[in-house]
Amino acid sequence: MDKLNKNDYKKYVDKKVPKPTYLRNMIMAFLVGGTFCTIGQIITNILKSNGLDKDMAAAGTSISMVFIGALLTGLGLYDKIGKVGGAGAAIPITGFANSIVAPAMEYKREGFIFGVAAKMFTVAGPVLVYGIGSSVIIGLITLLLR
Amino acid sequence: MEYIKAFIVGGLICIIGQIILDNTKFTPAHLLLTFLLSGVVLGALGLYQPLVDFAGAGASIPISGFGNSLAKGAIKGANEKALIGAFTGGIEATGAGVAAIILFGYTMAVIFNPKTKD
Amino acid sequence: MALKKLGAQTTKLENPPSVVSYYSIVGPKEGEGPLKDYFDLILEDDLWGQDSWEKAESKIQEECIKLAIDKGGLSSEGIDYLIAGDLINQITPSSYSARQLAIPYYGVFGACSTMTQSLSIGAMLIDGGFADNIACAVSSHFSTAERQFRFPLEYGNQRKMSAQWTVTGAGATIISSFGNGPYIKHITTGKIIDPGITDAANMGSAMAPAAIDTLICHFQDTGLAPSYYDLILSGDLGYVGKDIVIDLMKKKGYDLSKNYTDCGVEIFDKSEQDTHAGGSGCACSATVYNSYVFKEMAKGKYTKVLLMSTGALHSTMSTQQGESIPGIAHAVAIENTKE
Repeated sequence: MDKLNKNDYKKYVDKKVPKPTYLRNMIMAFLVGGTFCTIGQIITNILKSNGLDKDMAAAGTSISMVFIGALLTGLGLYDKIGKVGGAGAAIPITGFANSIVAPAMEYKREGFIFGVAAKMFTVAGPVLVYGIGSSVIIGLITLLLR
Repeated sequence: MEYIKAFIVGGLICIIGQIILDNTKFTPAHLLLTFLLSGVVLGALGLYQPLVDFAGAGASIPISGFGNSLAKGAIKGANEKALIGAFTGGIEATGAGVAAIILFGYTMAVIFNPKTKD
Repeated sequence: MALKKLGAQTTKLENPPSVVSYYSIVGPKEGEGPLKDYFDLILEDDLWGQDSWEKAESKIQEECIKLAIDKGGLSSEGIDYLIAGDLINQITPSSYSARQLAIPYYGVFGACSTMTQSLSIGAMLIDGGFADNIACAVSSHFSTAERQFRFPLEYGNQRKMSAQWTVTGAGATIISSFGNGPYIKHITTGKIIDPGITDAANMGSAMAPAAIDTLICHFQDTGLAPSYYDLILSGDLGYVGKDIVIDLMKKKGYDLSKNYTDCGVEIFDKSEQDTHAGGSGCACSATVYNSYVFKEMAKGKYTKVLLMSTGALHSTMSTQQGESIPGIAHAVAIENTKE
C-alpha cells in the first residue's frame, strides 16, 4: 500500500473501530478515583487524631495507600478494579503500587533478581526517573532564581 | 464535608485521566507519567498546593500529588540546604511512599502468584 | 519448471494430501464459548499442573500432537516431519514440545498465521514426495502472550474496544499421502501487506488488507469465485477485521456476505465473555479448524472450505520503535473430494 492509501486506510479504520463507552467510563473513573481519595482522607484523619502532625500524617497516608494497592494487586483484585475504574484506578497512588506489584509477581518465575527485583520497575522506573529527575531540576532552578 | 471534597476533587482528576485514556493511544503508564509531571510543574509554580489545602487527600492521593510533593520538597531543600538540598529535597519529601512501595511490592510478589484472567 | 504453480501465488497440489487426523485442546474460557461441543479436550486449569504458563503451553502443544497421532492410529515413528510454531520469543513452546516427541522438526513462525503456514509447507512436502505423514501443530496461550505483548496479568488496565483476546489452546493436524480426505487442493501463499497501522491493540485492521490480498490472489489464480466454497474462514481478524474484509472485498467485486466468517468472531461469545473484538492467537484458527471445521466436513455440512489464518508480524520492540504492523495471510483450500 502506498502512502496516500495508508492515510485513507487509517481514516477508514478509525470509523470501523467500536468506540469506548465514554460516559460510563467517566462515571466509573469518578466513582473509583473518588473512593480511593476518600479512603486516603479517612486514613489521614485517623493518623491526625492520633497526634501525628501534617507531614507525618501525609507520609503515613502514602504508606497505607501503597499497602492497600499492593495487597489488592496480590489478591488479584486490582486488575478487576482497573478494568472497571480505568483512570480512577490508575491515577491514585494505589495504581502506582499496582504498576509495581503486577510485573514483580508476574516475573517471579524468572528469579528474584532479574525477575522480581528488575521487573518491578518496568512501569514505576520511568515514573521515578522523571519524577525525581525533574524535582532535582526544580531544586536547581530554585537556587538559580534565589 | 472534608470527605465529600476529597471524593469530588479526586474523582474529577480521574475523569480528566479517563478522557485522555479513551481518546488517545495512552496506556495507564503514560497516564501515570503525564499526571506525575503535571503535578511537578504545577507544584513548582505553586498552583497545586492550594488544591491540596482545599481537597486534602482528593489532591494528594492522585499521582499528581506525588509530583507536587517532589517539587515542594526540592524547593524547600534548595532554600534550606542550598545545592545538596536541591538534590535531596524531592526524595526526602516522598521517601516514605517510595520505600513503602519497594518493601510492600517485593513482599506481595513473594507471597502471591498472578492469576489468569477470565 | 514449477509445474504445480498456478498463477502468481497459488500451488495446485497434484496428489492432494489428506487430513487423516486432527485434535484440539482449549483452555477453560474457550471451553465455555459457542464452539465448546466441538473441542476434543477442554482444560479446567490453564496451568495444567505446570509451574509456568510457558511450560503449560508447551505441554498443551505436545499432548495435542500426541493425541492427534493416536487418534489417527499412527505412531510418532510413522511421522516424517513435525512442523510447528507459536507466538512466544524464539518459539520455545514448540521446540520444548518437539523435544519430547522425537520427530524431525521444523519450527516455523508466522505469528497467528502459523496454522495455515505449516499446513502449506506440509502439504507441499507430501505432494513433492518428500514425506508420507506430517504433523502440523500450533499453540498459543492467553497468559504467555499477554505478558510478552501487553501487560502483566494483575495490571489494572482497561482493554481497548478493538483489542482481541488470545486463545489458550493448541491444534494439530496430521496430513498424509494416504487417506480418504478431506484433501488439501490449493495453497495460496500470502505476501506481507503493511497498511501502516501502528496500534498493537488493533490487529484486525492491521491484518485485514493482507487477508484481502490473499483472497483476491486465490480467486484470480484458481479462477474460482467466492461462492465455490461452502465456507471461507479467516484466522483472527475479529469483528473489526471481518467487517473490513467484507466491506473492501465488496468494493472489489467479490461478495463474501454469505459464506465468510472469522474464527476470532466464532470462538467467543462477545456479549457473554467480554472479549471485545474477538479471539486471536495461533490457536484461534487452529482450534476452530481442528474441531468445528473438520468435524462438520466429516458430517458433510461443508464440502469445500477455504482456510486462511492471518498473522501480525510485529514484536514489542518493533512497536516501541514506531514501526507499523506487517500483516500476512496464507490460504489453504480443503475439499472432501479429490477431483
